[in-house]
Amino acid sequence: MNKDIISSLRPALVMTLLFALLLGIAYPLALTGVGQALFPVQANGSLVRENGKIIGSAVVGQAFTSERYFNTRPSAAGDGYDGLASSGSNLGPTSQALADRVKNDIARLSETSPGHPVPSDLVTTSASGLDPHISPEAALFQVARVARVRGIDPAAVRRLVEQSIDRPTLGFLGEPRVDVFKLNRRLDAFGAKPGA
Amino acid sequence: MTFQGWLLIAAFVGILLLLTKPMGQWLFALYEGRSTPLHRLLGPVETGFYRLSGIDPNEEQGWRRYAVHMLIFNVVLLLFTYGVLRLQGVLPLNPLGFDGTSADLAFNTAVSFTTNTNWQSYAGESTLSNLSQMLGLTIHNFLSAATGIALAFALFRGFARRETKTIGNFWADMTRVTLYLLFPLCMIYAVFLIANGVPQTLAGSVDVSTLEGVKQTLALGPVASQEAIKMLGTNGGGFFNANSAHPFENPNTLTNFVQMLSIFTISFGLTWTFGKAVGNPRQGWAILAAMLTIFLAGVTVTYWQEAAGNPILHQLGAGGGNMEGKEVRFGIAASALFSVVTTAASCGAVNAMHDSFTALGGMIPLLNIQLGEVVVGGVGAGIYGFLLFAILAVFVAGLMVGRTPEYVGKKIEAREVKLAVLAIAVLPLMILGLTAIASVTEAGLAGPLNKGPHGFSEILYAFTSAVGNNGSAFAGLTANTPFYNGLLGVAMWVGRFFIIIPMLAIAGGLAAKKYTPETAGSFPTTGVLWTGLLVGIVLIVGGLTFLPSLALGPIADHLAMMGGQLF
Repeated sequence: MNKDIISSLRPALVMTLLFALLLGIAYPLALTGVGQALFPVQANGSLVRENGKIIGSAVVGQAFTSERYFNTRPSAAGDGYDGLASSGSNLGPTSQALADRVKNDIARLSETSPGHPVPSDLVTTSASGLDPHISPEAALFQVARVARVRGIDPAAVRRLVEQSIDRPTLGFLGEPRVDVFKLNRRLDAFGAKPGA
Repeated sequence: MTFQGWLLIAAFVGILLLLTKPMGQWLFALYEGRSTPLHRLLGPVETGFYRLSGIDPNEEQGWRRYAVHMLIFNVVLLLFTYGVLRLQGVLPLNPLGFDGTSADLAFNTAVSFTTNTNWQSYAGESTLSNLSQMLGLTIHNFLSAATGIALAFALFRGFARRETKTIGNFWADMTRVTLYLLFPLCMIYAVFLIANGVPQTLAGSVDVSTLEGVKQTLALGPVASQEAIKMLGTNGGGFFNANSAHPFENPNTLTNFVQMLSIFTISFGLTWTFGKAVGNPRQGWAILAAMLTIFLAGVTVTYWQEAAGNPILHQLGAGGGNMEGKEVRFGIAASALFSVVTTAASCGAVNAMHDSFTALGGMIPLLNIQLGEVVVGGVGAGIYGFLLFAILAVFVAGLMVGRTPEYVGKKIEAREVKLAVLAIAVLPLMILGLTAIASVTEAGLAGPLNKGPHGFSEILYAFTSAVGNNGSAFAGLTANTPFYNGLLGVAMWVGRFFIIIPMLAIAGGLAAKKYTPETAGSFPTTGVLWTGLLVGIVLIVGGLTFLPSLALGPIADHLAMMGGQLF
């Protein structure tokens, strides 16, 4: 036993150092080099720039709460869509806090778009708190409000939504969804057109 | 439940079955120490490592020496990471300027990553520097996975070898698995992830001015390099708090599908390697069939429950499946499937928050871990855990027909059965014992976020996850306290090594036995009857012990949910 321990010390110490160099330093640094060379946009967070300003990431969601925009889902990341504090609510199925929150959100949303059932993804928090998507139903639910606030034709807004629906990859990977950041940029661009 | 959802599950299993044999063959080459095409490139690294550390890779080790060398190596790795975490404040590559972590958190995290658990008491993006993630954690993701596979090889040799005292060389097994399997696969995998939007940079964060004119700071870092091995090595420790739900870790539905495949693929392959090692690949397929039976039953329950949704929310007007704690891009099916895969496999990565699942939907991940994560299982740990159950199964079969039990040419005698029971008993003893302590102490009861039975489930899940070396959580539990960091750290260590040591003792004992050829009186261990018996033993021996605790937690929670009772 003692002999086994003594014979293990040198390999244990040296192997730890060697693998630390290979896997802890060389591997991530080599990949950083490869990533930065081959996919510089993605490797740096898929940032979207407009007029030299970084206005978002094409991958990560940002908060939309104003009536002029299609709203994102409620978020438990910090005060909402905090990129330094990703998190779900972790409220369980029998949580009073969850039921109260959902009840309030449904009441609020029903006021802005009366007569339509509220899609459930609009009143539930995502797992990351940074969900970039909403369901097509949740986008269509908001069409009337957005059109009214912006004073544009609801049919045109509806068309924008329909053009923004991403279908499941290969027909079965994931769900139909709408990227809210992309949709809202289209909305801004649409409003900026003369005569629109 | 939808047709697309079932198509996803069918495609997932189908692709894995296609990958099983090629992966198994590659692993078999490493098991035998044969040369692979990658030796031309990485062979000099391997021999260089041996030379510098004074290792003779051809030196055969008995089970005691194999165990001691493995254990000492793990202790050194543990201390190394403990040091890195404590000192991160003065070490480089710390763009957000984090201080060193507290002693209890460093202890918990170092144990967690050494034992392939990757339980995370901290939130990655607000606690750890880039250097800590790379040097402190990524290295464990490789080496704890390689250790698991090496240990499985050792047990395979116990079954395959005849009348010898040795079960291989730990250093050679561990090094070969790292260099010729995990490292090259991760290089390719990580580039795929980067191409799909997973960041890989040394920057710490970037400021965004959103369309609504608010400042949003996005945490960045070397994410892809950690993400690849996190899945492939069934580690599960995310770069970010939200793990594979975070869009930077798992940006789209394709990466999600590949992440699920990469959790299972090595463990699927190892069943084939086992069959090949004992001279009959059908032995491996029989094990895989039993694993898949339990896995698909679990997927069905969780998918069904999540798709059915929460009647309490339905009553309020939010219809449909349960979307609390899920991402829209994955939806119900891919979230339910991921949760069962990650807990079947001792991975612990999550793409949805298990804490917010429906009561029974969340019970399946819990039960998967309680079964010992032998349903497919973590890399290496899954198959060696399952073989312990196989030993019990032939023992039970032997009792029923009144013959000395045999398995793949080895007589299974009192020593093997005793050691297998010892290893299997670690799970209920530790999980239930520690849950009981936490449920009656003030420090323990301060943890849960949710009230009522769901709060108990959070505590039970934490200790289950720790002892089972899974690492996923009912994450509402506030676990970054000295009480939980300490107890969970001990739980992870015992849950890993107190199973490994009896398992290696079995391997050593089996290697010394002579070959017992199969006769007409042997119980066949390849057919449907055997698969059924395996499923039964895993569910009865592994699962029944935990039924009372499940009744107090998820089952009570389910009844409350159906009755509209809130806490």
